[in-house]
Amino acid sequence: MAGQQHTVRVTINGEDYEGPVEARLLLSDFIRHEAGLTGTHVGCEHGVCGACTVLVDGAPVRSCLMFAVQADGASLETVEALADGRTLHPLQEAFRREHGLQCGYCTPGILMTLKPFLEANPAPSDAEIRKALSGNLCRCTGYQQIVAAVRRAAAMLRGEDP
Amino acid sequence: MKPPPFAYECPRDVAEAVALLAAHGGDARPLAGGQSLVPLLNFRLARPAVLVDLNRIEALARIRVGDGALRIGAMARQAAVEADADVARGWPILPAAIGHIAHPQIRNRGTVGGSLAHNDPAAELPAVMLALDAEMIAQGPQGQRTIAAREFFAGTMETALRPDELLTEIRVPALPEGTGWGFQEAARRQGDFALVAVAVVLKPDGARVVVTGTGDGPAHMEAAEAVVAERGTDADACEAAGDAAAAASEPADDPHAPAWYRQKLVTALTRRACREAVIRMGR
Repeated sequence: MAGQQHTVRVTINGEDYEGPVEARLLLSDFIRHEAGLTGTHVGCEHGVCGACTVLVDGAPVRSCLMFAVQADGASLETVEALADGRTLHPLQEAFRREHGLQCGYCTPGILMTLKPFLEANPAPSDAEIRKALSGNLCRCTGYQQIVAAVRRAAAMLRGEDP
Repeated sequence: MKPPPFAYECPRDVAEAVALLAAHGGDARPLAGGQSLVPLLNFRLARPAVLVDLNRIEALARIRVGDGALRIGAMARQAAVEADADVARGWPILPAAIGHIAHPQIRNRGTVGGSLAHNDPAAELPAVMLALDAEMIAQGPQGQRTIAAREFFAGTMETALRPDELLTEIRVPALPEGTGWGFQEAARRQGDFALVAVAVVLKPDGARVVVTGTGDGPAHMEAAEAVVAERGTDADACEAAGDAAAAASEPADDPHAPAWYRQKLVTALTRRACREAVIRMGR
């Protein structure tokens, strides 16, 4: 029956969330409105812009193209998971240092795309970085500083001093 | 940009899913990876009364090699096929083509079966499956049937699947020793649907040249296949195959590209894919 409530239990950034949801509730809206984690941004809501990218069981996906009910039992990670208290994650620090953001709307999705990318590929070429970013739109920066930030973040994560 | 209300069913096996589709008649739609269907719902271009979510049917997600064929469960993620070692060894055209599908975030959810059943007229996987002579296994209330790729793709977003049938598996025959392949695509941006894409598979006993993006889906370019089959792999065969494919294509003007441009792409990309295939033959 349409309108029926389904129970969803998920772990987001290590914390358990449970709640009744309508089947049509998008995962992006569950994260923002039910879990109250507004770091995940909603841009186009049809899978083009990448702003809503989160990790579902470790893999980056568009949270606007999944229903919350489909995430039942899954472990999610959002941008709020990156910083350790007031200490920025190397990715965030690198974006700050290289001016990899202006308005910041696209940044959470970009960071969540890049986290698993740099874990799998700790020393990417510029071409690989640009390909990894191809599913995330930024309308401010022209991408040059973003690519520079990814290079810096990769070096920081390798333990080098860029 | 929120989906309309729908009833949600989440079957655990294929029999249950098929029974649900049958019970709801044309009102139910299967939900695979959702990377095409959920945007259509968000735009309210689709308003199914019931969604039958296939994501918890574990048996549908398997990728295995058996009986001389690659057997891809319809719910195998595109990213899983792209990264599979057996696929890379035996059917390397698949990961090459899948790399052109959208972006990693999409391929982590998008499924092979979903892409084939959706049959967007410029999608990569239908073209490659046609070039590989794949077979689609469909399960309906009356049982299972096998549909050859040539019969499966029936026009823009149309397939031979009946409303109460579920695509469960794709069988890709093994490629004989010495098979060469090429895949070429042109798109306006990384990850876009193809303006034109061409898949070429040169087997010792025959050639397959498939073009997509020029009309209502992937099409065998029979004249180009005949050219390559007759002239083998001599230097000019690929040039002639490109001309033959372009002569058989009738793209229309659309907002993404004028017809003449797509026609030139058919020539150029067929030649390139063919030359790639020739180079890989016998390796």
